[in-house]
Amino acid sequence: MSDIQSFKQSQKYETFSYLPEMNPEQVRKQVEYIIEQGWNPAVEHSEPENAFGHYWYMWKLPMFGEQSVDTVLAEVEACRQENPGHMVRLIGYDNYAQSQGLAFVVHRG
Amino acid sequence: MAAKTYSAGVKDYRQTYWTPEYTPRDTDILAVFKVTPQPGVDREEAAAAVAAESSTGTWTTVWTDLLTDLDYYKGRAYKIEDVPGDDECFYAFIAYPIDLFEEGSVVNVFTSLVGNVFGFKAVRTLRLEDVRFPIAYVKTCGGPPHGIQVERDVMNKYGRPLLGCTIKPKLGLSAKNYGRAVYECLRGGLDFTKDDENVNSQPFMRWRQRFDFVMEAIEKAEAETGERKGHYLNVTAPTPEEMYKRAEYAKEIGAPIIMHDYITGGFCANTGLANWCRDNGMLLHIHRAMHAVMDRHPRHGIHFRVLAKILRLSGGDHLHTGTVVGKLEGDRDATLGWIDLLRDDYIKEDRSRGIFFDQDWGSMPGVFAVASGGIHVWHMPALLSIFGDDAVFQFGGGTLGHPWGNAAGATANRVALEACVQARNEGRETEKEGKEILTAAAQHSPELKVAMETWKEIKFEFDTVDKLDVQHR
Repeated sequence: MSDIQSFKQSQKYETFSYLPEMNPEQVRKQVEYIIEQGWNPAVEHSEPENAFGHYWYMWKLPMFGEQSVDTVLAEVEACRQENPGHMVRLIGYDNYAQSQGLAFVVHRG
Repeated sequence: MAAKTYSAGVKDYRQTYWTPEYTPRDTDILAVFKVTPQPGVDREEAAAAVAAESSTGTWTTVWTDLLTDLDYYKGRAYKIEDVPGDDECFYAFIAYPIDLFEEGSVVNVFTSLVGNVFGFKAVRTLRLEDVRFPIAYVKTCGGPPHGIQVERDVMNKYGRPLLGCTIKPKLGLSAKNYGRAVYECLRGGLDFTKDDENVNSQPFMRWRQRFDFVMEAIEKAEAETGERKGHYLNVTAPTPEEMYKRAEYAKEIGAPIIMHDYITGGFCANTGLANWCRDNGMLLHIHRAMHAVMDRHPRHGIHFRVLAKILRLSGGDHLHTGTVVGKLEGDRDATLGWIDLLRDDYIKEDRSRGIFFDQDWGSMPGVFAVASGGIHVWHMPALLSIFGDDAVFQFGGGTLGHPWGNAAGATANRVALEACVQARNEGRETEKEGKEILTAAAQHSPELKVAMETWKEIKFEFDTVDKLDVQHR
């Protein structure tokens, strides 16, 4: 049994939460992907203890038609600064599929 | 209109049912059959016979034919084409007027289209290759109880394929031990686990205990991971009454999804269950046991793209489609064709994918394609590239067979999936760079590293039996 590792349970946050937290360059590439797909970027945040619900706090409004990666990243950062200890997630709204093309937690609180 | 008179006897089918001048109407149901006639039967007569026997005709003229307007109700063979690469067969295109069929009933449509005609002596073999359902007919069917978009919202899964696993051994576990296997998979990172199709309610594990223990496993895994989880509780049963009893209980205990085998269970039962699921907010996973009996032989039976369309009309939120890369049969281009037919709103004719007709689904929801059977972490880059996001990848042995257990196996799959999705989003070619992507991800995940070592050599490279019809294969 010495070569078997016992499983360690931890809190997860859906897509990309089984990977190490992304560095700024990696986050930038996901924002580029959202914009390239023609999706609308949006930022949401939540206290970790309320994260299971479908609705988190919306940060301002979705950035409809935003083409600047820097603008999106600046909003993510502003949200984090103003809500210390909160989880922050980035969303790409796909208005044709009426769904979210991508959603992942950028800051795990 | 000239009056018709009755004359008893046998007429050539072609006199009535071969109509090459006919232009199909937008409301017609169109079908294409691959026909292998008996020696001595010419193509037009064989095509007309198929049209007749699958619609209004019988072998001899009857006087009651004259009490109706058979020209309005008859099926018409309107086109014949060569089959590329097979000189003994030909394609017969047949148009059926929409009024031949009861609204919202795939049962009725296929009782005609693949009924007596398949035993008809004038054809040696017969295969239904594709069916075009007019939007007018599509609108009479319920379709998937929820569809891809609603399921993503309910389960809170975005931007990636979903992960599942069929619990093994598929027969013989007690309900409590079975629930343990479910819990381990879900807490390790899978979105769903699945009852094997053979698991109904046998003496070793009755359905009610299975449902109870599985639900406890789901709730515990959700609480610990903070993610939404489900298990396809198989409600396939000997009778519809029993099926609904199990479905009602699954709802009562709060299960998010149930499962049905739509071919062995039957289209009637499936359509009823899909309606129940829509009314009760329950997702519906569909298995396809028995499909290969009908869809594997290249000259006889029903092509899977037709069985997939039947399911989308009858109703289901997931359907097994084959994996292309795993242990079960499936040509890549043909598979891409039928997963489009399951998921998209409008699919253009594309013979390179075996699609014979434009198909308009209107606003009917799409169905998640389920890839299951003999797949493991090394297949992940190819699966993502073939299926895209709107799919469920199910690793049975590829989860449960991990040397450290189910939870570690689940984590390995989840890490591999997310690493491939991240790489794809960054613009990398996941299939070509698969090895580097997985190797890099394994540096942060001992579970993935062990999985990659365990399944390094396993491949399933047998040739496909049912290939697309192309020249010079």
